[in-house]
Amino acid sequence: MIRIEKLHKSYPIGKDSLHVLKGIDLHIKEGEFVSIMGSSGSGKSTLLNIVGLLDIHDEGEYYLNGQLIKDLNEKKAAILRNKFLGFVFQSFNLISYKTALENVALPLYYKGMNRKERLKVALDYLDKVGLKDWASHLPNELSGGQKQRVAIARALVTNPKVVLADEPTGALDTTTTDSVMDLLKDINDEGMTVFVITHEEEVAEQTKRIVRLRDGVIISDTLTKAAKAQ
Amino acid sequence: MKFLFDSDTWQEIYGSIRKNKVRTGITIIGVLWGIFLLVVLLGAARGLENSFNKAFGNFATNSVFVWTQSTDTPFKGFQKGRRFRLNMKDIQVLKSEYADKIKLLAPRNQTMNLIIKDFKSGSFKVSGDFPVLDQIQKKKLIYGRFLNQNDITSSAKVTVISEDIYKQLFEKDEMPIGENIKINSINYKVIGVYEPSNTIDFDGDTAYIPFSTFKKVYNTANNIDWMMITANDGIDIEQMESDVLLTLKNLHKVHPEDDRAFGSVNLGKEIAKFTGFLTGMQFLTWFVGIATLIAGVFAIGNILLITVKERTKEIGIRRALGATPKSIRQQIILESVFLTTVAGMIGIILGATVLMIIDKFFGQGEDATLVNPTVNIPIILAAFTTLVVLGTLIGLIPAHMATVVKPIEALREE
Repeated sequence: MIRIEKLHKSYPIGKDSLHVLKGIDLHIKEGEFVSIMGSSGSGKSTLLNIVGLLDIHDEGEYYLNGQLIKDLNEKKAAILRNKFLGFVFQSFNLISYKTALENVALPLYYKGMNRKERLKVALDYLDKVGLKDWASHLPNELSGGQKQRVAIARALVTNPKVVLADEPTGALDTTTTDSVMDLLKDINDEGMTVFVITHEEEVAEQTKRIVRLRDGVIISDTLTKAAKAQ
Repeated sequence: MKFLFDSDTWQEIYGSIRKNKVRTGITIIGVLWGIFLLVVLLGAARGLENSFNKAFGNFATNSVFVWTQSTDTPFKGFQKGRRFRLNMKDIQVLKSEYADKIKLLAPRNQTMNLIIKDFKSGSFKVSGDFPVLDQIQKKKLIYGRFLNQNDITSSAKVTVISEDIYKQLFEKDEMPIGENIKINSINYKVIGVYEPSNTIDFDGDTAYIPFSTFKKVYNTANNIDWMMITANDGIDIEQMESDVLLTLKNLHKVHPEDDRAFGSVNLGKEIAKFTGFLTGMQFLTWFVGIATLIAGVFAIGNILLITVKERTKEIGIRRALGATPKSIRQQIILESVFLTTVAGMIGIILGATVLMIIDKFFGQGEDATLVNPTVNIPIILAAFTTLVVLGTLIGLIPAHMATVVKPIEALREE
């Protein structure tokens, strides 16, 4: 599903450049539940941005769903994002003046689906995350956990190949963290590839594979107990 | 173009406008004010023009008035400072020499006199005139008729008085026609009463008597005070003015370059001054209106730019969800166009309303200062189109700004 070979990325900082990713090799198969662990500055966010087509790598090769990602313009990137990727952010990133339902339906709008159909599909996904009754509420009327569940519904609504979650539980307390992780696990159980970035050990433990990054290189890549148990 | 008719596009615009009611309101006011000013100023300028036209309306505009003063150059043995008078011989000469150019020529004599009717009296201007005056300066008669050729031939003691004289000398509802009034102790029969002119008038409240009667009563011999000349259509009135003056100078042995000997007013020239003033005002109106309009459009661009900055994160989210730069751009431009369109329409409606109110308060009645203040529909449409085009162009700037920021940077924005 995702294949990365000898990936390099550096950012210019003033006259110097900061070498963030120093040759990453990573292969994630369909249906995997992978977490990327690392302290801040380890390059995990950069990796997610590149995988999420929000940023461009300097060297190496990146295949998404078998397709080589190279020389993407914004339009192509937007279409690929819409088609293959679902994003879940730490700060939820819901649009404040749209209701939960409209937020979930937004990716379908960019896909070109008509309004009626779009809202129907969005409602199904809201139901899936258990928030059907909250469909007409604005984000500021929802709790953190609810917001993140809306965001997950939004990530899933286009039926993407991969769900990318950037610190999905970073802004949540323990109880809601668990419920969000349970939701991600359920999604994975249904066959969705889930790619989580976190610095919390407990969160990573709940995934099936942990990739540890330090200073831009992978230092370990192990299956978790959960995966071994299966 | 399909996106224009897509209800979703409008849903998105409605959403973002509803979210920012205050800024939307302020933005709209900026543009609204511009087009409002343009409409009102243009309408008012038109109203002023109309009232000028109305003021000059019943006056033959290609007219020259000529009178004598005193010479300021010695000539042919005469010293300077000589006083002299126009006479009927001048009129004959002018009539024959400019037969093809002069349409109407009215020699006039005027004086102030006490006019008495029974026990009432008042001091008014008395004017000895020919019937032709009625053609140069139209008299609206309430009762009776104006002087005619018979009155002149028979030197009849008849008079046409103004409504004010009538009101001062007669009882209310008294029929003036056929009544006698005393001017300078001589009885005159009133044959007509005219309405005061609400436009330009050089006579004021005057009792008109036949020219020939005036000549006899006041013993003016062949002398006249001044004359009104109206040129045929298509004659250069300024050229005629100087020609006539030269002829008169010749007749009265005045130095050809003596500018003081004759006084003259060229009505055409005076009106041209007003017209020039109107043209200047119209230019100013356009200038101010368009400048305000542009300022308003820039305000929209500016506010949208701020909005784009404010919404950087939202735009980042949308792009992460699959919005193409094109769709973001479209939305922002459409927002700009939509705002300018709405603002433009409200501005036009408000402007038209104010013009209606102006018309109601200043445009009614005989002495209206702004007659029928209106703006042509094509002008409005042109201004409106310009506005929308400018709105589109100005929208391009924030639209571009919205898409140059990389989605990742936009998302990082807090």
